Amino acid sequence: MMHFLLLFSRQGKLRLQKWFTPIPEREKKKIVRDMTTMVLGRKPRSCNFLHWKDLKIVYKKYASLYFCCGLDAEENELLALEVLHRYVELLDKYFGNVCELDIIFNFEKAYFILDEFLLGGEVQETSKQVVSRSIEASDMLQEVSERPRSR
Amino acid sequence: MPAPIRLRELIRTIRTARTQAEEREMIQKECAAIRSSFREEDNTYRCRNVAKLLYMHMLGYPAHFGQLECLKLIASQKFTDKRIGYLGAMLLLDERQDVHLLMTNCIKNDLNHSTQYVQGLALCTLGCMGSSEMCRDLAGEVEKLLKTSNSYLRKKAALCAVHVIRKVPELMEMFLPATKNLLSEKNHGVLHTSVVLLTEMCERSPDMLLHFRKVCLLVPQLVRILKNLIMSGYSPEHDVSGISDPFLQVRILRLLRILGRSDDDSSEAMNDILAQVATNTETSKNVGNAILYETVLTIMDIKSESGLRVLAINILGRFLLNNDKNIRYVALTSLLKTVQTDHNAVQRHRSTIVDCLKDLDVSIKRRAMELSFALVNGNNIRGMMKELLYFLDSCDPEFKADCASGVFLAAEKYAPSKRWHIDTIMRVLTTAGSYVRDDSVPNLIQLITNSVEMHAYTVQRLYKALLDDISQQPLVQVSSWCIGEYGDLLVSGQCEEEEPIQVTEDEVLDVLEGLLVSNLSTPVTRGYSLTAIMKLSTRFSSVNRIKKVVSIYSSSIDVELQQRAVEYNALFKKYDHMRPALLERMPIMEKTASNGPTEIMQTNGETEPSVPDTKHLPLVTQPANQANDLLDLLGGNDVVPVIQTTLPTKPASAGGELLDLLGDLSLSGGLAPAPSVPVSQPPFLLDGLSSQPLFNDTSAAIPPMTAYSKNGLKIEFTFERANPNPNIAVITIHATNTTEADMTEFVFQAAVPKTFQLQLLSPSSNIVPALNQGSVTQVIRVLNPQKQQLRMRVKLTYTHKGSPVQDLAEVNNFPPQSWQ
Repeated sequence: MMHFLLLFSRQGKLRLQKWFTPIPEREKKKIVRDMTTMVLGRKPRSCNFLHWKDLKIVYKKYASLYFCCGLDAEENELLALEVLHRYVELLDKYFGNVCELDIIFNFEKAYFILDEFLLGGEVQETSKQVVSRSIEASDMLQEVSERPRSR
Repeated sequence: MPAPIRLRELIRTIRTARTQAEEREMIQKECAAIRSSFREEDNTYRCRNVAKLLYMHMLGYPAHFGQLECLKLIASQKFTDKRIGYLGAMLLLDERQDVHLLMTNCIKNDLNHSTQYVQGLALCTLGCMGSSEMCRDLAGEVEKLLKTSNSYLRKKAALCAVHVIRKVPELMEMFLPATKNLLSEKNHGVLHTSVVLLTEMCERSPDMLLHFRKVCLLVPQLVRILKNLIMSGYSPEHDVSGISDPFLQVRILRLLRILGRSDDDSSEAMNDILAQVATNTETSKNVGNAILYETVLTIMDIKSESGLRVLAINILGRFLLNNDKNIRYVALTSLLKTVQTDHNAVQRHRSTIVDCLKDLDVSIKRRAMELSFALVNGNNIRGMMKELLYFLDSCDPEFKADCASGVFLAAEKYAPSKRWHIDTIMRVLTTAGSYVRDDSVPNLIQLITNSVEMHAYTVQRLYKALLDDISQQPLVQVSSWCIGEYGDLLVSGQCEEEEPIQVTEDEVLDVLEGLLVSNLSTPVTRGYSLTAIMKLSTRFSSVNRIKKVVSIYSSSIDVELQQRAVEYNALFKKYDHMRPALLERMPIMEKTASNGPTEIMQTNGETEPSVPDTKHLPLVTQPANQANDLLDLLGGNDVVPVIQTTLPTKPASAGGELLDLLGDLSLSGGLAPAPSVPVSQPPFLLDGLSSQPLFNDTSAAIPPMTAYSKNGLKIEFTFERANPNPNIAVITIHATNTTEADMTEFVFQAAVPKTFQLQLLSPSSNIVPALNQGSVTQVIRVLNPQKQQLRMRVKLTYTHKGSPVQDLAEVNNFPPQSWQ
């Protein structure tokens, strides 16, 4: 299973953090610090896999954002790269040519999309269309349930 | 109270802050506003406020005061509220908070909500961070939803069940019925999550595994699904670069691995499909390689036939040639796992693996290094070592320690010749000398000691290395130890293996003294070089220079150095007669696997190292004639080996000579004086020694006796019993001199019949003062297990009035109490 998924910028600013195991707040901060230091310290053409404690760390850079996840030792790293890629595609489909700013200003949406793709550290839906449709329907439900004013 | 600012507004504002302080100020202001808004129980804007709080939490600011608000949002009827509320719960609450449990009821209600998206939210939250208590309470609801026909809910329920099982493994049983027809679903989402659920159950419970294997016949079902995925045409919904639902394929392969492990039938049933996947999967993109990777892992783990295994290793071999770094890395990792079981197959790819040592990527280099060491064997040692040494030269410091250790280990196991071994060690010491582990210095010294015929060559090479560079401490330490030991070979130019260098004693001492004063040398190194200089005092002729050096350091600030210097000084002044024996050539050290004291075999530099079984050890320092004389006198084979104990600081020189006396007799556990090496003692003699004081007044008094009296020299024996072992008699000899001249260089030696064992401790001095002004005392311990009558033959040598005197005598008048 995936233990955590982090998104951070080139300067190390956190844009999204999803934790799939219960960890104390202080330790979460430490893990984030460790990940950003390790990943940002990698040379440009290194491979995308690292070892940290007993976890495999898989990371990929998309434009100015680093997508970094921590996996159990028996997970398939190459497939993890595909999982990260699928998430980016979902974001891209939703926001249309997604960039870092979209995720900054709409972080809650990024979380919602993630929650339709992964659950408990595992992939819950392998079809892009199904995930997108679920998000659209939820958004619609949100529109309907609100009085006509924006948040 | 004005409406709280909108979320995006806040984000924009905070991003304009130019300094950390400015940002903190904005955040604090907004938090205050949010707090008062929470206090007012404002329902309208609660959602907005919590969302802002979540943003600030992501920036790293505390947001715990929003926890209860999340619960209120979850309890709200509005979908927007619930969405943010559950998000907030997942981010701010975890099972450590007491508030956490209050969610249980809300989640329970939402699990039964009429809207599937609300149910989805509840399932998602429970599946991400539900505590054990919550899981126990809500497992029933999850199980219900696992049986629904709504695929949206079913897939979420499956993963939620996985989480419940992880948290509360005992609840696994209750999900079993629901799994019955999970795999007959068409929906890929449900299929995928079902496979995950089944995998989790099989991994956790061997009974479940058996059940799924035998009863549910899972393997054929999975094989069928996988086959459909591969054979079916293009499916736009699940296609990734031409491959249909790679996520599902990989999960199925993983479940197959678990089912096929150590089960022949299952492994056979999946043989074909694995071969098919392995050969038909498109390898141009990462996604295809991900599937191949999983396939290889499965093939290697189940009981596959050899053809399939070779296919798997060849896939890994192809991976090694791939341009993509990730794939090379993954291949190296997998090969490392399989190198034990399929060693020969992996050997075929050795050259590619060795090429990976030159890769730029750090992770790949490390894996390649580990794998290279695993592949080294007797056949390829020379070639592999060349590559590995080249790697050691050029790699990053983080690798050097591990690489050096690996080289030493491999060299020890497979060295084709001693010369090669020593050359390899030299190479490591000179290129990565400061990175070798601490324990390698004693290991190397032991290795060098044991390669007797290479001593001259070794010391020469080490000397030359020292001339070049004295900064690498392990190299310096080994070199100075060797020069101390074999310095005589160095100056005499005895090297056979290569051109002997011309070096004088003074040059060698210059180098060693240079080490002492250099500020590159650590205190440990200085200790080594001082000891080496001291040892050369018996091998070189320039003793005065050495004496000077030693006396200088007896006032060194370094306590370790000072102590050594003072002791060596004392050796020069008071115990000069012991110096040769004390500093003689180190014997061969036998390597023991355990941490116990090494057993040391008596030998010297010129003879061949002895093998433990043959107790025949030729000694060179004394001709055998005298020994034969003694043998004849005592009736041939009656003479018994003498065992010398070595006390750590004062070994007896008499011992060495006594052993010579016994010529080519077998010695069991003969021990050499060795100042810094632990010594093993024959157990029986030590039983008394270690636990009891040597002289025990409570023993029954045995009358003393005069053993020898001739030419003014009188030797008296006094007795003690060494408790608790009544078989050991402790005899103290007192030698006195009634003549007017001192007896100098006095040495007392003794031999006993075969059924006895004798132990001679060091004498108090070797001068028997004239006119009974003092005496020389020495302790003898005799073991007499068969309680036979004690007999002893003694040999006395001394110088009296300028001429040497020697006498042999037999002592037969032992009082009966001494041996009964």
